[in-house]
Amino acid sequence: MKYVDEYRKRDLILSIAEKLKTISKKEIVLMEVCGGHTMAIHRFGLNSLLPENIHLISGPGCPVCVSSQHFIDLALAFSRIPGVIITTYGDLIRVPGSSTSLEKERAAGSDIRIIYSVLEAVEIARQNPGKKIIFPGIGFETTAPATGAAIIKARLENVSNFFVLSAHKVMPPVMKALVEDGVKINGFIAPGHVTAITGISAYNDLASLYSLGVVATGFEPVDIMQAVLMLVSQIESGTPKVEVQYRRVINNDGNRIAQKILREVFDYRDDLWRGLGMIPGSGLRITDEFSSFDAEKQFSIEVPRSTEPKGCICGEILRGLKTPVECSLFANKCIPSDPVGACMVSGEGTCATYYKYRS
Amino acid sequence: MHDLIESVFIKHFSNNILDNQNDAAIIPSASADIAFTTDSFVIDPLFFPGGNIGKLAVCGTVNDLAVSGAEPLYLSVSFIIEEGFRIDELEKIAESIASEAQKAGVSIVTGDTKVVNRGKCDKLFINTSGIGSIRKENLHISKAINIIPGDIIIINGMIGDHGMAVMNARESFNFNMPLESDCTSLNHLISAILNRSPVKFMRDPTRGGVAAVLNELSGKTGIGIEIDEPALPVSKSVKAICEILGLDPLHVANEGKVLIVASEDCAKDILEVMKNYEYGKDCAIIGRVVSDHPGRVVLRNNTGGGRILDTLSGDQLPRIC
Amino acid sequence: MCLAIPAKVISVDGASAKVSIEDIEYTASLLLLDDVKPGDFIMLHAGFGIEKVDPVRAAETLELLNEMKKYRTH
Repeated sequence: MKYVDEYRKRDLILSIAEKLKTISKKEIVLMEVCGGHTMAIHRFGLNSLLPENIHLISGPGCPVCVSSQHFIDLALAFSRIPGVIITTYGDLIRVPGSSTSLEKERAAGSDIRIIYSVLEAVEIARQNPGKKIIFPGIGFETTAPATGAAIIKARLENVSNFFVLSAHKVMPPVMKALVEDGVKINGFIAPGHVTAITGISAYNDLASLYSLGVVATGFEPVDIMQAVLMLVSQIESGTPKVEVQYRRVINNDGNRIAQKILREVFDYRDDLWRGLGMIPGSGLRITDEFSSFDAEKQFSIEVPRSTEPKGCICGEILRGLKTPVECSLFANKCIPSDPVGACMVSGEGTCATYYKYRS
Repeated sequence: MHDLIESVFIKHFSNNILDNQNDAAIIPSASADIAFTTDSFVIDPLFFPGGNIGKLAVCGTVNDLAVSGAEPLYLSVSFIIEEGFRIDELEKIAESIASEAQKAGVSIVTGDTKVVNRGKCDKLFINTSGIGSIRKENLHISKAINIIPGDIIIINGMIGDHGMAVMNARESFNFNMPLESDCTSLNHLISAILNRSPVKFMRDPTRGGVAAVLNELSGKTGIGIEIDEPALPVSKSVKAICEILGLDPLHVANEGKVLIVASEDCAKDILEVMKNYEYGKDCAIIGRVVSDHPGRVVLRNNTGGGRILDTLSGDQLPRIC
Repeated sequence: MCLAIPAKVISVDGASAKVSIEDIEYTASLLLLDDVKPGDFIMLHAGFGIEKVDPVRAAETLELLNEMKKYRTH
């Protein structure tokens, strides 16, 4: 596959690994904040290629994993309304709410369908005028513009039975919050596709205020290795800054059209992240102009606020402060097929990975 | 009901045992052990590129017998049909069953049909049970004994075709791809292999894919297994659709694949036999039994790094992240 | 959020494009892009093109890395 295979070549990966060994002296901690990076590092075994003084930790980068229990409970409540079809990205249906999940409800008979593109939801709405189609919107700045575009299209085409329950979140406030919280890292491997939308100015504060290196990175093993090399070079020379590794996709200014759609359809709000709590300005809500597509405004559903399950220390794990084995729920009450917290929900979350390697 | 049986099932399955339409089929006595299996098929959608529930029902049961080292002989086929199910679709499915049974060389000797009210079953469920005869020298094949480090693992072709073809047919994703289920009866291939070479273990990687079978094997026997990721035969289409949806072909269902464990010196013969068959032409050695990491399956990638290959607890789901 | 794949544009029809990834074809939405032409590669995420792939920069990245390869000691 073009633009994929070239960045998986063995000799390139190994030559970067070798270069790293020669220039990397300091103990360095780098955090990636993207499920796609966690997956790629695991899938291509990149950790084992890095010298021992470079540590990669996973931050709260999977929008699915950090969806709060409350959001899932809301989606579940919607699915029980007669005449509602829930159309969702696949990753969401196993995420646990306070007592059940979309997957379990589907097995029990609720009309819950997996889609690949949000436009399928608009189409399902068009074909089922007597039903109400609700789309739980998850994802960061990479995915939110698609939701925004779908809402605009639905309005243009008078599809009035399509609704979005927004749990879209944005990255930079969380990266900042982690650092302000005292997470000890030297740099960020920043999410390449988020940056393709936002542009790099979103990270300037991190570099200038906190002296952290930030490299916007692609998702193939060569990309990640090159980004580590760039970060290590910055840190070894004491010049932390914002750089782009993923030059073939990222323009420094980002995607203007997508940014315009985000501004038109969404406003920022404080949002609840599973395991991290409330982070100011980290969520996207639908603006009043498009409120007729906002599921929260169009349906009066009350769902009791739930507390995070007792004993769950995902927050500390996501910040790199604790490891899964220090969690009392790990591998007994919280397992991959029946996860409690964010870190176990994703197949490549910190806890899920530890679980796989347990002895 | 009688008309249905006569006009659809007897019409297609007729043979001198079935035509008696007794409650139990009397099978002429065999001098070998009998292998007996049963399976139910509830697939959605009923029709998919490369097959349908009927073809699947025959292949699934024939293959369960064949990978146990048995020669498949007789099948029963039972239908649970939702009221209102279209006769023309039922005919098509019955035709497929008959055609696949003939290809496999098995007879359908008994069966049952029930029609249930709308909503009581999802269009059509099929159960097939199968009987085969198994020679004494093949009894060890399903038991996974005497497997030692150095033994190799072979598969007869590309992985992931069935699961991805069915997923694309079922969901509204709208990918246009030349991908068909690999659904086929494997008994002729397996019989040819057993005539040529001893094998230590066989299984068909259906639900849960190759990963599930390898983990079952290593879990049951305590052996370590190492899989060579670059050696896995995967079609361009499956590779691409898995990259798009974030899926791993190793966990995707197959319906025309057999995994064989054999001693290394048998590899050449087994591969040679496989290459004579259309559904064996992409055969490959995909890994080996090792003395390291007992009870674990490890996947080695192109840089020599390894990661543990687990079974998944549920179906794989397309992801965006 | 992160999962996107390079897809080749076969034809453009208003706000959609027929794209191919190996031998898979898909009708992708171009609502987030402009100035997309047949032959371009776009990053396909959740059914949408989210950015174009710049072939020149792609080649530059590989060239830089291939240079590094020359100095491998083994």
